[in-house]
Amino acid sequence: MSAALLRIEGMTKRFGGFTALDTVSVDIMPGERFGLIGPNGSGKTTLIHCISGALRPSAGTVRFEGEDVTGLPAHKRTRKGIARSFQIPRPFKSMTVRENLAVALDFASLDHGLSAGEQTEHVMAILTRMGLAAKVDALASSLSQVELRRMELARAMAARPKLLISDEAMAGLSSSEVDEVLDLLLKLSADGITIIMIEHIMHAVMRFSSRVMCLDAGKIVAIGEPKAVMENKRVQEAYLGA
Amino acid sequence: MHTSKGLAFWLSCAAFLLAMLGLTLVTGNEYPFFAGYVILQFIVLATAWNILGGYAGYVNFGTSAFFGIGVYIAIMLFKALGAPIVVQIAGAALAGAVLGFAVGLLTLRMQGIFFSIATIAVTIIIETCITNWKFVGGAAGIQLQRPPVTAPFDSYVKMLFFVQAALVVIAVAVARYVQGSWIGRGLQALRDDELAAECTGVPTLRLKLLACCLSGALMSAAGAPSAMYLQFANPESAFNLNYSVSALAMALIGGTAHWVGPILGAILLGVTQQVLTVTISSEVNVLILGLMLVLFVVGAPAGLIGLLRFPRRRLPADKGGGP
Amino acid sequence: MFSLDLLLDAVVLGLLLGCFYAAVSIGLSVTFGLLDVPHVAHPAFLVAASYGVYLLNDLWGVDPLLAGLVLTPLYFVIGLFAYWVYFETFERRGQDQGVRGIAFFFGIAFIIEVLIILTMGVDQRSVQAPYIGKSLRLWDMRIPMRLVVAFGVAMLLTLLLTQYLSRTFTGWAIRAVAQDEGALRLMGANPYKIKQWAFGIGTAVLGMAGALLIIVAPVEPTLDRAYIGRTFCVVVMAGLGSMSGTLAAAVILGVSESIVLTLFGASWAPAISFAMLLAVLAVRPQGLFGR
Repeated sequence: MSAALLRIEGMTKRFGGFTALDTVSVDIMPGERFGLIGPNGSGKTTLIHCISGALRPSAGTVRFEGEDVTGLPAHKRTRKGIARSFQIPRPFKSMTVRENLAVALDFASLDHGLSAGEQTEHVMAILTRMGLAAKVDALASSLSQVELRRMELARAMAARPKLLISDEAMAGLSSSEVDEVLDLLLKLSADGITIIMIEHIMHAVMRFSSRVMCLDAGKIVAIGEPKAVMENKRVQEAYLGA
Repeated sequence: MHTSKGLAFWLSCAAFLLAMLGLTLVTGNEYPFFAGYVILQFIVLATAWNILGGYAGYVNFGTSAFFGIGVYIAIMLFKALGAPIVVQIAGAALAGAVLGFAVGLLTLRMQGIFFSIATIAVTIIIETCITNWKFVGGAAGIQLQRPPVTAPFDSYVKMLFFVQAALVVIAVAVARYVQGSWIGRGLQALRDDELAAECTGVPTLRLKLLACCLSGALMSAAGAPSAMYLQFANPESAFNLNYSVSALAMALIGGTAHWVGPILGAILLGVTQQVLTVTISSEVNVLILGLMLVLFVVGAPAGLIGLLRFPRRRLPADKGGGP
Repeated sequence: MFSLDLLLDAVVLGLLLGCFYAAVSIGLSVTFGLLDVPHVAHPAFLVAASYGVYLLNDLWGVDPLLAGLVLTPLYFVIGLFAYWVYFETFERRGQDQGVRGIAFFFGIAFIIEVLIILTMGVDQRSVQAPYIGKSLRLWDMRIPMRLVVAFGVAMLLTLLLTQYLSRTFTGWAIRAVAQDEGALRLMGANPYKIKQWAFGIGTAVLGMAGALLIIVAPVEPTLDRAYIGRTFCVVVMAGLGSMSGTLAAAVILGVSESIVLTLFGASWAPAISFAMLLAVLAVRPQGLFGR
């Protein structure tokens, strides 16, 4: 049995009296395409925050490539290879699209060893895949919501992560746009990047994931093959409300 | 491209220093040096403020604290060791860096307004402590005797003027370096969105602390010669809140995006201050300062450099260089 | 025994002072605590109000409390206007506005301070009233009458505002908009109007608070600096958004200041509120009763 890329054990997060995550444990294998679903408020984004380091858990550990990173600040985890996009895009508004990605290149992948020319190539390649090539020197504050979502994902990808967490990157996109992003993520997966995808667009989750986990009220209600999870009664109840 | 821009900058600095030196040797009248000293001092303060306030977006109300610490460290070193002016400045800079680090650790976890209020708090607390410290004169203050002036200067004020000019060069060089380097890029990212910057690999706390130390060191260094300049110091004047407002206003009015901004702001407001204080009163001077601050913040958010359509600084494709 | 008496004196004085601090800070609890406006000019408005009271008292012999009442509607309108300016300039634009918002209010505070110096001079001003100058005998202690009056009015003011916010419909709306603007909009309410009204109320309170300020002690133009420490200390210690916490936090500050004053003297007084503020920010930023 090969070692897990990401191991979460007993992850619990409380906000005052409210328990957002309740002893969640899961192993993410290298190269996996992992779908994370669950109704709003089920703890998906909280889990991502705890993995990426934006939040400290109340209890539990996060192990990345065998190393305990629970106490590490977010920027160190990013340098180790965990990248995430935000559900509501958080662009660097005073910078251009190119500069936004440059931050990721300069800080997240410090030892990437790319020359200046290779960097530009790398940035343009990502932007072209995301359909943002024309906007490379536009200020982030001038982009539309949809374009910001794409840049959000592009910036996470620019960091050349080992683990990419995409938090509802497809929300608000048209059907063809969803397919484009999906193809992009599948290509990245083929390149060897492990991907955790949070989505509400079920057909995308089904197409993409090799394994799916469903959260409800901070607990895991189902985990396994996409089809099996979708047909799971508790999952259906969680979404429809019991 | 990078080398030629860098060369142009350093040559300008050398020319500036030579010009200042020349002035001190040629002009007999002392008054321009009194006024000039104050303006140079404000350039240093505004430039230093901008490193944390402009680049990182953390509005520091505590310039007075660092300035005052610089004054009193200089006094302490002079009284206890008879230290020459250079040592006083170095000591003040060190104290400013340490204070900046401590204040940073304490307050940089707080966002926005909390950080700003915390800097006022630190200022008042430090001022209160110094007021109660008898060795440096307590509330009443302390008189100082200037040591004999060293050649080639023929008056102490002229020498201090040149010293402050040298501090200007140092401050601007530091600001320019920060702005064009990975430090500046990281600061800009964390200013725009600190959480996103942290998750994109920017070591936000470390960079903020660095900015705090650099800013603090420069502010304290600017304060050190003040003791000899005035030949007097007391807590009320050394920790005068006007320094905080001035540094902030000059940087914001000049424009915070580029190191030229604070220089423009300091010169504009510094000259205005000198004129108004002499012709009308120092209160009207502060009023004008406040009014201009509010007007610019509301009407011209990018400051003078925005109004003058200064080219937006570009992050270079390669890792080095800058404007 | 000797020091115990003094300490008791200090505690009682601190309680009275604390209540006064609550009245002075409760406006900030609304404008900063609930509305997130970086209102560092709050104490400057306060000092300006006390000068207004002084003028009414000095020129026409108006009782300071009455003068405070007169100023209240004027301050309400000023508050409405101030929020309009703030909203149009900063909240609308979004980008990099934190820095400029803070700098804006800082500038306003300075302008107010200097205008007071230019028009009224730097000398201390105080008011005349029948209850100023007399003392009350309580057991072994002599308590200045003016402090008791201030205490009473302050209590009333604080309770009135707290009740308004928790019992009336508008009060509910104000607290709601602080928590979830989107939901409020869906209910058909206009968040901007509510916030503007709230800011007006938070500022209106300063009319009366200014009267209390000059009743308690003489005022001078730079007094606003000391009160930045006190008001923000109270508001932060109470926990942003907690109205009821304001009274408790203010009393804690008042008693602490009074004790330190008695034990160590006046030269350390300015630092206390700021030191407590720093401690709270460092140790428990959400305050004692925060949301």
